[in-house]
Amino acid sequence: MDENQTITSAHYLTFELDQEQYGFEIENVQSVLDFEQITRVPRTPDFMRGVINLRGKIVPIIDLRLKFGLSETVKTRESCIIIVNIDMNGEKTTLGVLADAVREVILLEPEQIEPAPKIGTHLKTEFIKGVANYQGSLIIILEMEKIFTTNELLLVHKSGSGVETESEAEVTAVS
Amino acid sequence: MENFIELYKEETKELLNDVQDTLLELEERPDDRDLIDRVFRAMHNMKGNGAMFGFDNISAFTHDIETVYDKVRDGELAITSELINLTLEACDQINLMLLKPGADLGKQQEKVDQILREFAKLLPDKAGKKSPQKSTVLQKSGVEEKKQTLYLIHFVPPHDLFLSGTNPVLLLRELLDLGQGTVIAHNDKLPPFSEFDPQKCYLYWTIILSTSRDIRAIQDVFIFVEDESEIQIKEISSHGDFSAADFDRVKEKLKQSDQLSFKEICQLFDAKVEEISLQEKEIIGKKAALQQKEGKKDSVDKRHSQESEQTSGIRVSSEKLDNLINLVGELVTIQSSLTQQVLKNSDSQYLLIAEELERLTAGLRDIAMEIRLIPVGTLFSKYRRLVRDLSRSLGKEIKLEFEGGETELDKTIIDRLGDPLVHLIRNSIDHGIEPPEIREQNGKPRQGTIRIAAFQSGADVTIQISDDGKGMDPKMIHARAAEKGLVPENMPMSTSEILQLIFKPGFSTAEKVSDVSGRGVGMDVVRKNVEDLRGTVTVESQLGKGTTISLRLPLTLGIIDGLVIKTGGERFVLPISVVQDCQEFHIQENVQFKHRDILEIRGEVIPFIRLREHFSIGGKLPPIEHLVIAFVNDQKIGIVVDEIEGEHQIVIKSLGKLYRRVEGISGATILGNGAVALILDAGKLIEIAEREEFAAVQNL
Repeated sequence: MDENQTITSAHYLTFELDQEQYGFEIENVQSVLDFEQITRVPRTPDFMRGVINLRGKIVPIIDLRLKFGLSETVKTRESCIIIVNIDMNGEKTTLGVLADAVREVILLEPEQIEPAPKIGTHLKTEFIKGVANYQGSLIIILEMEKIFTTNELLLVHKSGSGVETESEAEVTAVS
Repeated sequence: MENFIELYKEETKELLNDVQDTLLELEERPDDRDLIDRVFRAMHNMKGNGAMFGFDNISAFTHDIETVYDKVRDGELAITSELINLTLEACDQINLMLLKPGADLGKQQEKVDQILREFAKLLPDKAGKKSPQKSTVLQKSGVEEKKQTLYLIHFVPPHDLFLSGTNPVLLLRELLDLGQGTVIAHNDKLPPFSEFDPQKCYLYWTIILSTSRDIRAIQDVFIFVEDESEIQIKEISSHGDFSAADFDRVKEKLKQSDQLSFKEICQLFDAKVEEISLQEKEIIGKKAALQQKEGKKDSVDKRHSQESEQTSGIRVSSEKLDNLINLVGELVTIQSSLTQQVLKNSDSQYLLIAEELERLTAGLRDIAMEIRLIPVGTLFSKYRRLVRDLSRSLGKEIKLEFEGGETELDKTIIDRLGDPLVHLIRNSIDHGIEPPEIREQNGKPRQGTIRIAAFQSGADVTIQISDDGKGMDPKMIHARAAEKGLVPENMPMSTSEILQLIFKPGFSTAEKVSDVSGRGVGMDVVRKNVEDLRGTVTVESQLGKGTTISLRLPLTLGIIDGLVIKTGGERFVLPISVVQDCQEFHIQENVQFKHRDILEIRGEVIPFIRLREHFSIGGKLPPIEHLVIAFVNDQKIGIVVDEIEGEHQIVIKSLGKLYRRVEGISGATILGNGAVALILDAGKLIEIAEREEFAAVQNL
C-alpha cells in the first residue's frame, strides 16, 4: 500500500502467471532454475508445493497461481522456479516461486508505477506494490515481503485432507 | 583482546563451577583438606585472571574470599554451612559481575560489601571488628598471636617473565603483605646497553621476610610463576621478633655487597638466630622438588598434572564445530551420490576410488561427531546446587545421586537439555519427594533420593530422572485431564497411556502455583524440547513408590541412520532407531480383523496406518505392500508402505520456517540422487492418527 515507497528507479524481473505479467524487484531474486522435481510435503496447503534441493539446501516452493486462485502451475518448456531471498518476520528466508515463464529484466521509474486499484485485481491489495504500464502491457508488481509474511504462509493445517487445504488456500488468495 | 576476554570469562565460569562443586562436596566432608585447597586455588586463579583482564572488582572480591579460605586452611576457621552458603552466594555474585561488567556498579559493590561483611562476621573476633574490605588487615589480625618466622627468599624470574603478563613488582608487594620484610634487587645480570632488550626481565630479587604465615603462603604468591622461575625459600629462624631497624640494617649490608652468602645473612640476624644449619630447610620452587614433598602437596601436584593434561587440548568455538559438521554432512551426501553413480556405470576403476572415498568420509564423519561429544556429567553437576537450595527452601531432605556421568552426548543436545532437566528435577523435588515427616509415617527413610542416571542404549542415550517420592496417581491424572478437556472422560486408557497425559499442553497437577513449578508450562515444554532434539520422553510411576522419567536421545544431531521407504513414488525416511521390524504385508492374510487397521504379530496386537492414505498420496497399489513396525513412546505402530529401499546414512536438514508446523515430518534429507526425502516422525504420526480416529468415531 505504500505507493510512494519507490523513490528511485529500480530493476524488476517480469514473469508470467496464466498469461498475465507480474514483476518482482530484482534485488530479492537470487536465481532462476528449471522447474525440477518437487518433493511434496503432505498435509500442507496446496499452494505450498513442497521442497527442492538447492545445492544442498532445502528450499520450499510456492505456487503463486494456486495462491492467487488460479489452477496449478504445470511443468512446461518455459516454466521455471524463481529463487528469492526475503525477509520473513525478521528472518532471512530463501524460497522458490513457480512461474509459467520468466520474461525479462526491466527498469522502471517510480512514476511508471501506479498504485494498485482497490477493486478489479481480485487480489489482496497489499500483495501489490503497484501496476506498471510497460511497453503497452500491464505488469503487476508484487510486494514480495507482504505475500510471504508468515501469517500468509504458515497456514499449515492440522487435518490436511486435500479438499480442506484447497478451500483454505483459496480463501487467502481471493480475499 | 575481545577473544581473550571471552576466554577469560569461559575460564572463570569453569572455575566458579568447580568452586561450587567443591563447596558442595565440602559440605559433606568438611575436613577434607584437598577440597579446601581446591577452593583456595580456584579463588586465587580467579583473582589473578581477573586482575589481568581488567576485572578489578572480581579480583578484589576473590582476594578477600581467598583470605578467608586461607584462614580455613590454617585451621583458624571451621567449615560451616553458613560459610558454604555465603561462598555460594559470593560465586553467584562473581558470576553476575562477570556477565554484566559495568552494569549497576554501585549496586554490585553494595552486594559485594554485604557479602564481605557476612564473611567478616564468621571470622574470629578480632578480624570481625575491622573493615572487611581491607584484606591486609584481615591477614595481619592473626599475625600478632602467632610466632614469627624469618624466611630468606631468592626469586629469579625467567627472562621472558613479562611475556606472560606478570608484574614482578606486584608479586613482591604481595609477598611483603604477608608480614614484614625487605627486598633487595640484584642488577648484576643486566647486559651492556647495546644488548639490552626492554621486554626482558634481567633483575632478580632476594627477599627477607618475617611472617607468621607458613611457607605455603609464600609459595602461593609465586603460584603463577613457579614453573618457570627459580625460587628458593629458606627458613632462617623460626622464632624471634624483628624490628624495622633490623631489616634496615640487613638491607644496608646487602646493598653493599650483592653476593652475601646465606650464612652471612644469617649472621646479620645472629643476635636472635640460633644454630641455623640444624634447621636449615630448603624448598625449591621447581616442580620436581615440589613433587617430592609428601602429604597434601600431592593433591596440588595432581591438580597441576590435571591442568597440564587439559592444556594438551585446544579450545574451539562451537560455531566452528557446527560448520565442520555441516561440511561433513554435505560431503556424506556427495559421497553417497558419487557411489551411486559409479555403481550405476559399474566402472571398476572408479569403483575403487569411490570405495576409498566412502571409507575416508565415514572416518571423517565419525571423528567430526566424536569431537562434539562431551560427557553428560558436566550437565549433572550443575544440579547439585539446585537440589540443595530448593530442598532447603521447601524443608525437604534430599540426596542427589548420579550414575553414568561419563556417558557422552553431543554438545548441542547437552546444552539444550539443561532447561528440561531443571524442570524435571524441580518437579521431583516439589511434587515427588514428600516432606521428611510424611516419609517417616509411610515407612520411608527421612531423606528422599533423586537419581540422575545416563546410559547408552543402542544408538541412543537414555537419561533417567527418578525419585522415591509419592509417585503419581493415574486416577487423579485421568480425572484432571478430563476436567481440562484433554481427553474424554469415558475414554478407556491404560495406566501408561494415562501417565503420558502429563505431557499434554495445559496439564499441570500442581494444586497451588509456586515459583518452583506448576505454571502450566511444564511437562509439555519438556516434551517439546526433547522432541526437538529428536528424542522421546516416557514416564513410569508407582503410587507411593516413586516416579521415573526417561529421556531417550540420539547420540548426535545432524546425521542419522535412516530406513528409506517408498510409497506411490514418494520417498520417506524413518530413523532406524525407531524401526523394530520390517515385513511383507498381505492385507488378505489379515483375516482376523478384516475391517480394522490392526493386526496380530507374534501374539501382539499392533495398530497400523497406511502412509498412502495418511498423506493422501496417489498412485497404484503394488501387489505386495510392506509393513514397518516402529516402536516409539512406548507404543508400537505399523506403517504400511509400498517398498522398503534400504538403510542409508542421512544428513538431517531443517524444512525451514515455512514448514515448521508440519506434523508428522521432522525434517528432510537429500538422497544420493539429489532428490529430497522427508523424515517421518513416528511419534507424531501415532498422535495424529489417534486424534483423527477419535474425532471420526465421535461423529458416528
